This record gives sequence, C-alpha cells and structure tokens, in this order.
Amino acid sequence: MSTTRILLATLAVVAAGDLGAVEYSQFQADKSRLTFVSKQMGVPIDGSFRKFGGSLSFDPARPTAASARLDLDLASIDAGSRDANEEVVGKPWFNLKMFPTATFVSSAVRPLGGDKFELAGKLTIKGRTQDITAPFTFHQEGSNGIFDGGFVLKRLDFALGDGVWADVATVANEVQIKFHIVAAAAATRK
Amino acid sequence: METRYTRTAIALHWLMALLLTGLFCVGLYMSDLPLSPQKLKIYSWHKWAGITAFLLVLLRLAWRVGHPPPLLPAGMPAWQQAAAHGLHHLLYLLMIAIPLSGWLMSSAKGFQTVYFGVLPLPDLLPKDKELGELLEVVHSGLNFTLAGLVVAHVAAALKHHLFDRDDVLSRMLPFHASKH
Ligand code: HEM
Ligand code: HEM
Repeated sequence: MSTTRILLATLAVVAAGDLGAVEYSQFQADKSRLTFVSKQMGVPIDGSFRKFGGSLSFDPARPTAASARLDLDLASIDAGSRDANEEVVGKPWFNLKMFPTATFVSSAVRPLGGDKFELAGKLTIKGRTQDITAPFTFHQEGSNGIFDGGFVLKRLDFALGDGVWADVATVANEVQIKFHIVAAAAATRK
Repeated sequence: METRYTRTAIALHWLMALLLTGLFCVGLYMSDLPLSPQKLKIYSWHKWAGITAFLLVLLRLAWRVGHPPPLLPAGMPAWQQAAAHGLHHLLYLLMIAIPLSGWLMSSAKGFQTVYFGVLPLPDLLPKDKELGELLEVVHSGLNFTLAGLVVAHVAAALKHHLFDRDDVLSRMLPFHASKH
C-alpha cells in the first residue's frame, strides 16, 4: 500500500516535470526585434519598431495551447529616414494621434513539423482588424526560447498610405514584416 | 594633327552639358520638395540619370585616350594653356566625383540605387545616417564647385570666340561653320 503510494507520487512528479518544465512566457523586450522591409520605387528600405510589449506562453510540447499578444508603440517606428519618419505619423499613414498602438492577438498556433509552426491571429492597425497567419520557427538558446518568423502585410488593407500614397507603383502594397521574439522560460510550474 | 574635336567627343560634350545642367536644376528643385510619391519618383530619376552621366563620362574618357583633343592655338600664352588644361581636368574629375558622391550618399542613407528600377547597384557603404548627411553636403558642395567652374569655362570659351577670334569654340560646335 505505502509502496504503491510512493510509486504513484514519484510518477506524478516525473510526469509533471516532463510536461510543465519549459513554458516560455517571459517576454524579453530588449532582445526581441520587430523589423520590416518596404519597397519604394522598387528599392527595398529597412525599417523597425523600437518599442513593443507583449505577453506569450509557448510550450514546445503543447504548441496548440500557445497564445501571444503584442502591443506595438507606433511612435517608435524607424521607417528608414527622417523624412519618412515624419511622414508616417500623419493622417494618411498611421494617424498616430487617433491610433497610437497596433495590436496582435493570436487565435491559434499549429505545428508544421520539426521546429516549424504557424501562428494565426488578428492584427489591428488604425482601427482596422485583419486575420493574418505567419509561419515561424522556434529554437532554444540556454534558458531562452527564440521565435523567428514573418509575414507579408498589405498596407492598403489597413488604409496605410491614403490619398496620393495609395499608388502602389511608388510604395509597394506589400510590406515584409519580420519578428525575432525572445522569451525566457517561466519558473517551473509543478 | 586634327584641328577639331571628333564628332563623338563633340556629341558627348554637349549631351553631357545638357544632362548635367538638367541634373543640377532637378537636384536643387527636388531636395526642397515635401515628401510625396512625386518626390520619390523624381529622386529615382535623378539617381538613374546621375548614374547615366557617370557611365557617359567613363565612356568619354575612354574615347579621349584614343583621340587626344586638338592642340590649343599656338599664340595662346603658356599660362592660359595651362589654365585651360587644368580646368578641363578639374571638370572631368568633378564629373566623376559628383555621381560617385551621390551613389555613396544614397548607400549610406540606406536607399539603394536600382538603375531604372531594374538593375540593383551594389551599395558602396553600409547604412550610416551621419555619414549619409555628410555625403549630402559633399554632393552639394561638389555640385556648386562644378557650377562655378562651368561659368568660368563658358566665359573662357566666349572670350576665345568674341575677343581672341580663334577657333576654340567653333571646333567644339556640332555644326561647324567655316572659320571667320
Ligand atoms: C553628375 C551627376 C549628378 C549631378 C549633377 C547631381 C546634382 C545634384 C544637385 C545639384 C543636388 C542638390 C544639392 C543641394 O540640395 O544642394 C543633388 C541632390 C541629390 N543627388 Fe545628385 N547629382 C548627380 C548624381 C547623383 C547620383 C548618381 C545620385 C545617386 C545615385 C544622386 C543622388 C542625389 C540625392 C539623393 C540628392 C538629394 C539629397 C537630399 O536629400 O537633399 N545624385 N544632386
Ligand atoms: C556642364 C557643362 C560643361 C562641362 C562639364 C564641360 C566640360 C568640358 C570639358 C571637360 C572639356 C574638355 C574636353 C577635352 O579636352 O577632352 C570641354 C571643352 C570645351 N567646352 Fe565645355 N563643358 C560644359 C559646358 C560648355 C558650354 C556651355 C560651352 C559653351 C560655351 C562649352 C564650351 C567648350 C569648348 C569650346 C570646349 C573646347 C575647348 C578646346 O577647344 O580645347 N562647354 N568642356
């Protein structure tokens, strides 16, 4: 009787240790990066956002249970030049006064095999919400989990670049977004 | 010894004089425009035309190696001959340095040059904002130097034609009238 109890208890601890040990949920803002490449007159221009916060939980053993949320401070944009930075805060682009942040809320994560996954969710910019999906890869580095992925955003879906800027021959509709998110493993849940 | 410039040299001289004048005016005009799709288009055209000028001057110098310019009139004082040669060399130097400085500036600013939207030219420098702004000043300074020298160059050509009444101007003109 008592040996059975000890055995069961040991099994429970081992099982809990196996399942719950690695959940990545401590978002590391200083190590994470959000960059994008826009195209002007066929010329790729690098840009980035310096300030964004978020929360996530991802357990590689149970990816479908993962969730993520990202809040993006649009004022922290670097669109590639001073001119561009002054321009994109205005009404035709982000209209920062009305819409200072963009948010992403995940709805599902799907394993694609190996270290590949697919993230689906809703992206809201400038008061407009669109479904997006983004493939990403996951790997561990020490106690950190690293998520690298990206997707192509169609700027006109979010009314980014109204009026004269709607001409996609000058600034392409497609903007390649790339994320590099680093999260530390949370203190082990047992 | 030839007494005239070759047709090729004449054609390149005047083609480039037009192109450079256009580039200069467009350059001044465009850099003061507020950002707009129109401005981005003009910038691209300026860069494409500027690279074209760069290619043309290389072609022109290659041609010049095989076809030396006619001698200056024998009666010209030695210092004037030296000044003329010096000035011509400076003009060539600037015709190379200006587009190069533009290309370097665009590279440093992170705006690659894609020739006519088709052929991506390598960036000569990694992105560096401060350096980009410095090169903008260099590009502008070289341009105003060229403008000043061209004024002197034109003045000298007119002096030869109107006062010295020699063939220095007419031997560079495409439709050569008989000497007067
Ligand atoms: C012989 C050829 C060229 C000429 C005569 C020329 C002339 C000029 C002039 C006069 C300006 C205005 C400067 C000022 O505002 O003071 C300018 C600006 C500019 N040029 Fe050029 N340029 C040439 C070639 C190029 C090339 C090859 C490139 C790039 C590949 C280039 C890129 C630019 C840019 C980006 C500006 C604007 C700088 C700003 O933002 O204010 N240029 N150019
Ligand atoms: C952007 C404007 C111009 C540039 C960069 C330029 C440049 C040059 C250069 C480099 C040469 C020397 C050719 C050689 O020996 O290989 C030359 C010759 C000459 N240019 Fe210009 N030029 C310009 C505009 C003009 C204009 C507007 C005139 C008209 C008045 C002119 C008149 C001449 C003449 C007469 C010669 C021949 C000089 C000689 O016989 O040795 N140029 N130019």
